[in-house]
Amino acid sequence: MNIEDIKKPENIIYKKTPILTDTVMHYCPGCSHGTVHKLVAEVIEEMGIQQDVIGISPVGCSVFAYNYLKIDWQQAAHGRAPALATATKRLNPEKYVFTYQGDGDLASIGTAEIIHACSRGENIVVIFINNGIYGMTGGQMAPTTLLGMKTATTPYGRDAKLNGFPLVLAPMIAQLDGTAFITRQAVHTAPAARKAKAAIRKAFEYSQKGIGLSFVEIVATCNSGWKMSPVAANKWMVENMFPKYPLGDIKDVLKAE
Amino acid sequence: MAEKILMKGNEAIAISAIRNGADGYFGYPITPQSEVMETLMKEKPWETTGMVVLQAESETSSINMVYGGACTGKKVMTSSSSPGISLMCEGLSYLAGSELPCLIVNVMRGGPGLGTIQPSQSDYNQCVKGGGHGDYHSIVLAPASAQDMYDFVDWGFDLAFKWRTPVIILADGIIGQMMEKVELREMKPRRTKEELIAAAPWATTGKTPDRDYNFITSLALESDFQEAFNLKLKDKYQKIEQEEVKYSEYMTEDAEYLFVAFGCSSRICEATVDELRAQGIKVGLLRPITLFPFPTGRIAELSKQVKSMMSIELNMGQMVEDVRLACNGACPVGFYGRLGGNIYTPNEIEEAFKKFNNLK
Repeated sequence: MNIEDIKKPENIIYKKTPILTDTVMHYCPGCSHGTVHKLVAEVIEEMGIQQDVIGISPVGCSVFAYNYLKIDWQQAAHGRAPALATATKRLNPEKYVFTYQGDGDLASIGTAEIIHACSRGENIVVIFINNGIYGMTGGQMAPTTLLGMKTATTPYGRDAKLNGFPLVLAPMIAQLDGTAFITRQAVHTAPAARKAKAAIRKAFEYSQKGIGLSFVEIVATCNSGWKMSPVAANKWMVENMFPKYPLGDIKDVLKAE
Repeated sequence: MAEKILMKGNEAIAISAIRNGADGYFGYPITPQSEVMETLMKEKPWETTGMVVLQAESETSSINMVYGGACTGKKVMTSSSSPGISLMCEGLSYLAGSELPCLIVNVMRGGPGLGTIQPSQSDYNQCVKGGGHGDYHSIVLAPASAQDMYDFVDWGFDLAFKWRTPVIILADGIIGQMMEKVELREMKPRRTKEELIAAAPWATTGKTPDRDYNFITSLALESDFQEAFNLKLKDKYQKIEQEEVKYSEYMTEDAEYLFVAFGCSSRICEATVDELRAQGIKVGLLRPITLFPFPTGRIAELSKQVKSMMSIELNMGQMVEDVRLACNGACPVGFYGRLGGNIYTPNEIEEAFKKFNNLK
């Protein structure tokens, strides 16, 4: 038996979604971005909405998201993605519009934009990658960096007196009347990734119901920035990030009381 | 007979946007231009033409809403005044860097800082020379009447899409607040989906099977790529300079002296020209209607005809530098300005003119 005999359609149990391009990703081995990109791409394929999706990429490692998903993309200035998404959705209400933002982008420089998009109840999806660090610029402190965590700008560990406290955004925006679905997920294991994918799909579905903004936070690793192996980074995330950023749904306006 | 209505320049912007098929307006209140958004909200165009109007949380956000809307090929605009334009400069740079068409109205007030709410022309350098970071220009139009405010909206959108570039209408507190008769031109409907795709095939309208996916970005990490893009922009700006310069002249044919003034200053200078002509002094006026591209060629020609020129501006002397460059030493170039929201009278300009030219 040669390899061509094995590559028969009836033997295929898993295929890369055609929404993903063949471009080799620039993400570090172990980075969560690749997995989340794949989940978003699969949701788009499964919902059959490729021609109805407009994605907004941020500034940060995922600035290049437009190289990896075959959908129309807009690349925003740092933190401004929710403003782009607001106009894009209001001018094209039939489209699915989502932003893909990191913690520096969304929770630091873009706090005004995300809070007000939530408050206005924009019918968009926000995918928020929280790895507690600025990846692309070389591992500086993010607003979500944990106390004691060492980064390029907190070389002795984050000190509340010097650097302030970690910003926990999801419960804040859950209080706003304009948000419909707020959830926190992870992608470090297959079951976690499956749950995250279901959450992303729900967020996309909710965005067409006219009930407000859907927000999927992914607690993620940046093993390069954290200076750990991918396996050690996953373990560190479970032990240190999850207690501060616990997984699960925070708000779902359509869930029966 | 077309309908003529008495209205403020700011109101003319709003009415014109609706009547010329604008798809969206995103703004933030600031004096002296708040009537633009107030008029739009009162008119409720979303119920008639389908135009979207939204009050953003900041000018930073409104310019980025414009960026998002422009990505989808829509005719989108914002308006603000000087401090708000400073906040928008980040977005302006991105719009230029992504070659996106849009319209921005700056109803200038005095600065720097929070400054005054009175009229000024002190954002000339900011708007004409760029404002945001990087090598870029916006096309800049200088209205001198409420009718110009009305007409420049349609002209501005045409230029924005023709050249894929932001267009700024650089007005001031006088033009924004002054009430004048405005003739309403024939209405233009908003573009259909098919017309939009034909006008903006690059837009993020959703990836259809018949084309590759579109992405809009100003990111260019590789030096050679960035340089090639900068040169492409340079080429575009040179073509704009060749094709789009617009100015008007008043009594320049036999002029021995020349005023150069834009916007409200050009209207005041007209009165000064009349007064000096009555005294037998042959003065003319050149009014740049486009500030970028600047009427360098015509000013250079006139510099060989006249004994001297004066740039008259409501600032400390900004456009005068471009007038001097255009003259390139062929004649003396003087300047007279007022600041802080103070406005010169025609007689004040006459006195400054006589002092500069040693005339009685």
